[in-house]
Amino acid sequence: MTRKRRRLWIVVACALGLGSASALALSAVSDNLVFFIAPGDLAAKAPPPGRDFRLGGMVAQGSLHQSTQDGRPLSLFTVTDGRASVVVRYRGILPDLFREGQSIVALGTLTKSGQFRASEVLAKHDATYMPKDVEQALRKSGRWNPAAGPAPAAASWDTMNVSKAGG
Amino acid sequence: MIGTFPVPELGHFALALAVALAGAQAVLGLWGAQGRDVRLMAAAPALALGQFLALICAYGALVISAVTDDFSVLTIANNSNSHEPLIYKITGTWGDHEGSILLWCLILGLCGAAVAAFGRNLPSTLRARVIGVLGLVSSGFLLFALTASNPFLRDWPPPIDGRNLNPLLQDPGLAFHPPVLYTGYVGFAVPFAFAVAALLEGRVDASWGRWVRPWALASWCALTGGIALGSWWAYYSLGWGGFWFWDPVENASLLPWLTGTALIHSAIVVEKREALKIWTILLAIGTFSLSLSGTFLVRSGILNSVHAFANDPTRGVFILVLLGIVIGGALLLFLFRAPAMAPTGLFAPISREGALVLNNILLCAICAVVLTGTIYPLLASLLFHAQISVGAPYFDATVLPLSIPLFLAMAVGPVLPWKRAAIREVAPRLLGAAGLAALVALATVFSTRQWVVVAGFSGAAWLIGGAFTDIVARARLGRVPFAASLQRLRSQPSAIWGAAIAHAGMGITLAGLAGAALGSASVVALHPGQATLVGGYQFLLRDVHGAPGPNYTARIADIAVSRNGVAITTLHPSRRNFPVQQIDTTDAAISTNGLRDLYAVLGDEHGSTAILRLHVNPMAPWIWLGALVMAAGGGLSLADRRLRIGAPARRRRANAASARPA
Repeated sequence: MTRKRRRLWIVVACALGLGSASALALSAVSDNLVFFIAPGDLAAKAPPPGRDFRLGGMVAQGSLHQSTQDGRPLSLFTVTDGRASVVVRYRGILPDLFREGQSIVALGTLTKSGQFRASEVLAKHDATYMPKDVEQALRKSGRWNPAAGPAPAAASWDTMNVSKAGG
Repeated sequence: MIGTFPVPELGHFALALAVALAGAQAVLGLWGAQGRDVRLMAAAPALALGQFLALICAYGALVISAVTDDFSVLTIANNSNSHEPLIYKITGTWGDHEGSILLWCLILGLCGAAVAAFGRNLPSTLRARVIGVLGLVSSGFLLFALTASNPFLRDWPPPIDGRNLNPLLQDPGLAFHPPVLYTGYVGFAVPFAFAVAALLEGRVDASWGRWVRPWALASWCALTGGIALGSWWAYYSLGWGGFWFWDPVENASLLPWLTGTALIHSAIVVEKREALKIWTILLAIGTFSLSLSGTFLVRSGILNSVHAFANDPTRGVFILVLLGIVIGGALLLFLFRAPAMAPTGLFAPISREGALVLNNILLCAICAVVLTGTIYPLLASLLFHAQISVGAPYFDATVLPLSIPLFLAMAVGPVLPWKRAAIREVAPRLLGAAGLAALVALATVFSTRQWVVVAGFSGAAWLIGGAFTDIVARARLGRVPFAASLQRLRSQPSAIWGAAIAHAGMGITLAGLAGAALGSASVVALHPGQATLVGGYQFLLRDVHGAPGPNYTARIADIAVSRNGVAITTLHPSRRNFPVQQIDTTDAAISTNGLRDLYAVLGDEHGSTAILRLHVNPMAPWIWLGALVMAAGGGLSLADRRLRIGAPARRRRANAASARPA
C-alpha cells in the first residue's frame, strides 16, 4: 500500500460519506420543511391539504372552548395575527403556559372546512417571550411594533373574527 | 456579619480580578513560550490557578447572596425567593443567563487550573501555550460576563421578595444538568487549546495524542452524562412523554458530542500510529467551536428554540464577535500552519486505523446533516426571508441511514489488528455477536412487524456482543483453564474494558430507542371511577384531590394501573400552581420495572372530568442507562495508567539532579 493508494482510499471514503450525507439531507429536507404561516397569509399561500405547516399568532381573548368528545378532550380556540383568524382544533393537553391573549405556535394541517387541526401546540417556557415567527407576523400586520412596548391584548385586535369564532 | 458586608461587590471585584489574571495568563503564557522565557512561562500556571481562585470567590459571592436572600442583586431578585427551598436558591444561581455564563467561566477557569496542576509532565513551551490559549478564551468570555451580563448588578430599592426561580427549573434533575453539561462543553476547551498550541509549536507527535486524549475523554464523559440528564429531565418533567425532540438546544449539545466522539477515537490513531494528526487537530478545534456556538447561539436567541429560556438578542452581537475571534482565529491558524505538518503512518483500508477513519467519516456525516437541519431555518430566514422550520422527520430520515453502517462497524473495529487485516481471519471471531444479533432479530420479529424496531434490537445485540468479543478473545475463554481466563481478564488494561463497556452502553441505548418506537400513548378525559386501556394496561382514575406544597399548590390524581386484572401500581401525577409567577407546571408520574415505564400526566380539569395523558413506554429506562454506561466506560478508560505514563512527572523532578538515564 503506497502513500498515494492510501490517500486515494481515504478520499474515496470521505467522498462517499459526504456524498451520502448530502444526498440524504437534500432528499429529506424538501419533504420535511415546515413552513410558518400567519393567519393573515393563509388565504394567499394556503398549503395543499394534508401538508403540515406551523400556524402562529395570539390566542384571541375569550375564544377557548374546552369539551370532551368520545372520551377524549377537544380544545377549540382562535389564533389571530390582527388581519385574520383561524379556528384551531386540538385533541391533547394544552401546554402549561397556554393562555388566552398570549402567543402560541401550532403544528398541524388545514381541514377542508378551513379549521386548523393541530397535532402539537407550543407555548414558550417563558411567559413574556414572543416566538420570533409570531413577532414577525404581528409586525407585518402592523398591529405591533415591539419597540413601542409589550403586545396589546389580543382581544382588542380583531373583534369581528373573535365573535365569529365564539358563535 | 454577612448582612453588613458587601458580598456582591466582593464578587464583582473578584470577577474583575479574574479578567485581569486571565489576560495576564494569556499574554505571559503565549509570549513566554514564543521567546522561550522560562520565568514568563513559569508564571502562566500560577496565574491560571489565581484566575480559578478569583472565580471561586466570585461564584461563592453569588451563592452567598442567593442563600442570604439579598434581593438588591438583580439576578437574585429575578430568580430567587425567600420561600424557596435552600437547594433551589443555590441551583437557581445558574438558572438564568448571567449566572450560567459565570458558571461557564468558572468551569473554564477550572480547566486552566487543572492543566496547570496536572500538566507538569508536559514540555514547558507546550504547557505555557496551552494555558495561554485557555487564558485567552477565558479573558474574552470573562469580559463578556463583566460588561454585558454582569450577575452582580444591584437594583435599588430592592424588592421585598424575589420573583422566584422559573418553576420548571425547580427540579433536582435540572439542578445538576447545567453544571454537568457545561463541564462537557467547556472541557473541550482543553483539547482545543492543545490543538492551537500544537499549531503554534508546529509539531504533533504520538505523545501529543497521549496528552490530549484524557482531557477529551473526560469532557466527553461529562457531555454524555449532561445530554442524558437533560433528555431524562425532558422526559419526566416536561410531561410530553418523549425524550428527544430534535430541538436546536438539544442539537447544540449533540453536535459537539458527535465530533467529540470522533475526536476521542482519532486521538487513539495519533497516539498509536502517528497518523491522522492534522485531522485530529481540526476535530479538536471543531468540537470546541461547536460547543461554543451551541451554548451561545442558543442563548443569544439567534436560533429559534422550543424550550428557550428568556433570551436577549442585544447580547448577540458581542457573542458573535467573540465566537468569530475564537473560532475564526483558530481556523486561520490551522490554514497557515497545518500544511507544514508532514503526514506519517501508513495503513491499509481494512485495519484498525481504517475502521477508526470510517467511524470519523460517519460521525462527521451525521454531524453535518444534523447541523444542516439545525441552521437551515436560520439561513432561510436570512437569505430568503422565509419562515421555515425543519421537523423531526428530517432528522430521523437522515441520521438513521448513516447510523446503520456506524453501528455495524462499531463491533468490527475493535477486533481488527493495526496496520492491515484480513477479513477472512477476523470474520470468525464475530460469529458469536452475529449469532446473538440473529437470535434477537428472530425473537422480536414475532412480536412486532416494524422492521426498524427489529433492526434496532438486533443491532443492540450486535453491539453488546461485539463489545465483549475482543475481551473474551483476550481472556482466551474456553481455551485455557477458567481460573487463568479470569486472571487474564483482570490483567487487561482498563482502557480495553472501558472501550468495551462504552460500546456496550451504546447498544443498551439503542435497545432503549428501539423499544421507545413500540410505545403507545393516549389522551383521554375521565371521570373518577372511569377506566381506559392503553398498551394492554388498564388505567383507572380513582380520584383527583388538592394538596399544599412549600411554594405552590397542587392537584393530584390517583390512577390505579392493572394488567389482566392484576393490580400493578398506583400513579400520582400532579399539576402545580406557583402563585408568585402565576405559572402551572405538570409533574408526570412514572412507574418503571426496568423493562417498561408506565407514564401518566394530569392535564386540565373540566368539572369532574380530568384530562390525562397516558403512556406505556417499553425499554425507556435503557436509553439513559446506556448513556450512563457509556460515560462509565469512558471514566474507566480514563483510569488507565497507560494514559498517565510517558513522562512521569514527580519522579523526573525528584531525580532531576541525579540525571539518571531513562
